[in-house]
Amino acid sequence: MSTVDIDIHNTTDAHDHHDDHHHNENFFTKYVFSLDHKTIAKQFLITGLLWAFIGGLLSGIFRLQLGFPDADLTWLKPLLGDWIGADGKMDTEFYLAAVTMHGTIMVFFVLTAGLSGTFSNFLIPLQIGARDMASGFLNMLSYWFFFLSSVIMFISLFLETGPASGGWVIYPPLSALPQAMSGSGLGMTMWLVSMTFFIVSSLLGGINYITTVINLRTEGLSFAKLPLTIWAFFLTAVIGVLSFPVLFAAALLLVFDRSFGTSFYLSEIYIGGEALPNVGGSPILYQHLFWFLGHPEVYIVLLPALGITSEIIATNARKPIFGYRAMIGSMLGIAFLSFIVWAHHMFVSGLNPFLGSVFMFLTLIIAVPSAVKAFNYITTLWRGNIIFTPAMLFSIGLVSLFISGGVTGIVLGNSAIDIQLHDTYFVVAHFHLVMGSASFFGMMAGVYHWFPKMFGRMMNEKLGYVHFWMTFIGVYLVFFPMHYIGIAGFPRRYYSFTNFDAFSTFTDLNTFISIAAIITLTAQLIFAFNFFFSIFKGKLAPLNPWKSSTLEWTTPRLPGHGNWTGAIPKVYRWPYDYSKPGAKDDFIAQNVPYSETPESNLPMEQELAKFEKEDSDEVKKVNE
Amino acid sequence: MSSATTVVKNPKEDVWNGGKSPMKASYGKLMMWFFLLSDAFTFSALLISYLMVRFTHPQFELPYSEFFFSDLHWPIPEKVFNAAPFLHGADLPLLFVGIMTFILILSSVTMVLAVEAGHRMDQKDVEKWMIWTIIGGVAFLACQAWEWSHFIHGTEEGLILSDGTKFFGANLAHNEYGPPLFADFFFFITGFHGLHVTSGVILNIIIFYNVVMGVYQRRGHYEMVEKVGLYWHFVDLVWVFVFTLFYLI
Repeated sequence: MSTVDIDIHNTTDAHDHHDDHHHNENFFTKYVFSLDHKTIAKQFLITGLLWAFIGGLLSGIFRLQLGFPDADLTWLKPLLGDWIGADGKMDTEFYLAAVTMHGTIMVFFVLTAGLSGTFSNFLIPLQIGARDMASGFLNMLSYWFFFLSSVIMFISLFLETGPASGGWVIYPPLSALPQAMSGSGLGMTMWLVSMTFFIVSSLLGGINYITTVINLRTEGLSFAKLPLTIWAFFLTAVIGVLSFPVLFAAALLLVFDRSFGTSFYLSEIYIGGEALPNVGGSPILYQHLFWFLGHPEVYIVLLPALGITSEIIATNARKPIFGYRAMIGSMLGIAFLSFIVWAHHMFVSGLNPFLGSVFMFLTLIIAVPSAVKAFNYITTLWRGNIIFTPAMLFSIGLVSLFISGGVTGIVLGNSAIDIQLHDTYFVVAHFHLVMGSASFFGMMAGVYHWFPKMFGRMMNEKLGYVHFWMTFIGVYLVFFPMHYIGIAGFPRRYYSFTNFDAFSTFTDLNTFISIAAIITLTAQLIFAFNFFFSIFKGKLAPLNPWKSSTLEWTTPRLPGHGNWTGAIPKVYRWPYDYSKPGAKDDFIAQNVPYSETPESNLPMEQELAKFEKEDSDEVKKVNE
Repeated sequence: MSSATTVVKNPKEDVWNGGKSPMKASYGKLMMWFFLLSDAFTFSALLISYLMVRFTHPQFELPYSEFFFSDLHWPIPEKVFNAAPFLHGADLPLLFVGIMTFILILSSVTMVLAVEAGHRMDQKDVEKWMIWTIIGGVAFLACQAWEWSHFIHGTEEGLILSDGTKFFGANLAHNEYGPPLFADFFFFITGFHGLHVTSGVILNIIIFYNVVMGVYQRRGHYEMVEKVGLYWHFVDLVWVFVFTLFYLI
């Protein structure tokens, strides 16, 4: 993987020399150990995309098993080696490993590091008018800890005993006892080591994002004028800083149980007819600690995507975002509630039913801010002059997925219904729509929208449309039927359903899902081609291709380290002055003073314009 | 956005209007605060786990005077931590750990004095108080090493476990004071805290070196001393909780 990374940087480097002849940075400080937030963002993006393909490939492999249980998979032997048995069947433990690694990779490496790492790094300094992050050095460390964590996780895929296989939630005692399954051996150790570095990376990134947003906003950019992307990244970072340490504690205790003979999560276990000495611990304790991270993690993944969507929908509907403050309020509400609903993942763990009803109540409250967001997106689109760029399509797709996945969240949030649906494909369908696909769509929207700023070139729109429609239809074809399978009682994570007569009627549906999944995955190659091709050969991007009002579009086509060549622009207005009545253009950038737009000012803004005048008079006096 | 009747204030008067640090703190200090907030969650998770495990275990129900060690009930802490160096066999409940706690709190006081001296740009005083802080930290770690060693080696009597074997002292799987998790959590949480103290001492030494070399005097401020000070106070504060939860209740 590292070689691929360096190859890409190498060619970018060779190309850039044509454009600017003078820079005194060498290859290593410019592309590898860069302190520039934009380069670090690209590093996160490209690593995240590579992980996305690995994660996707794994899902393709286990979908083959689920969709075609009788097929001869010998042709996969060159890739999977002995994981495919002599009879052409997939190894059962490898199936579990593939499911586990698909979850881990997608949740943490793609949708946390790849999404938040990329866009927080790229957009925070550019949109708040800062030269760089508060600490470029910690920012660089954040990427390299992520890289180290990636390398360890990647190596674990090639272990003879397989990578971690106990599900991405790695519940003990399955994950704590090496004798429980082969994946709980070295694979699990490497998982834990890798995740420890991942948490360090996330912490370094998070404190940097928060501090940058608080301290480095340009003059005039109050929190009430921040683009919603920045609000989303800010709250995401806050959630990450407060929830990842709890996973860290949980993981450390698990390391001790695995390697040093403690009994934090273990009690009275017989394995292979032999009684283990551990007494007194509680596996439920792990579940509480894990889900204290695990639930906020859902919003760590989703909020950046929602922020990106707000920005793109407002820009491409040429309308102010509907309910700007309500959007901020609902994000604050979601961020707060995300910390007090974790036990809804544990309704069937023997939790006190009264406690269950409390968590159910809190969980269902999340529907309110979520619905506020969904309605605000729809009302922003309502009667807008919609421009269907690929980014806009992905954003609208996100809204669709967010609604259809969110509705089943209300179903699952009910503790009584959850007893039937827990650990079935209904759950899989729910979170793949609302968290997996929606966040992925947000990430894709962000890539299509900010690609011109990242690489100074445009992506091909036609390929973007093909990519969108195949992905959008594909995602629904994959996950919608899963609801039915789930209601019918299919448990998730099972290697084979054909062993149960009750489920054999659904074999066709499973085959259908697998075919849809493989087509959807293949469609991502269109994106890969479009992405890498456009980096080098795309059309040169204009300065403000989407006629957007935020600050990043006031920078040069390819901003250098420091972002603005002259002084940092000042901000006078909110970021959503689109189609303002009376205005000359259909958008007014954030750095245009009210005093320059008397024709479109509201009465209050006229008052503000007077202050601007006083200030500039003062400056003149001082200068004289 | 708003009606004309609203009184419009000059946005420049608002410290949150951008262009300056609204909390009057540098980015480094803010980062330290957020790191500490994060670390506080790690410790909270560990301490809450400890409390949960402790109170799901059987407690000692008989009168205090009849207390005996057994792996079937959770021990009373002051019966476990009642030894002190050079005073062999004496029953001095919590005396030694009290001294440890006092030392750590004193080192926080000297840290405050170092920060205060930094505000006055008094290099000699900063040096003096930093060195006392470092001595305090090292003394605490030395005390903890003695306490761990005593805890590991145990008493001469030992304990007959419920499976019939006799056991002296403590390790991660067994201990003579109570259920295995008593020692597990003791080692883990005091160890994790000790690791924080150790890294704090190392940071203090680095900063002390810089102070002696006049780095901050030339820089014009002693903010780095303040930042490690924040960390040091945090470590101290965490110990107050560890002390309360492990030794007092």
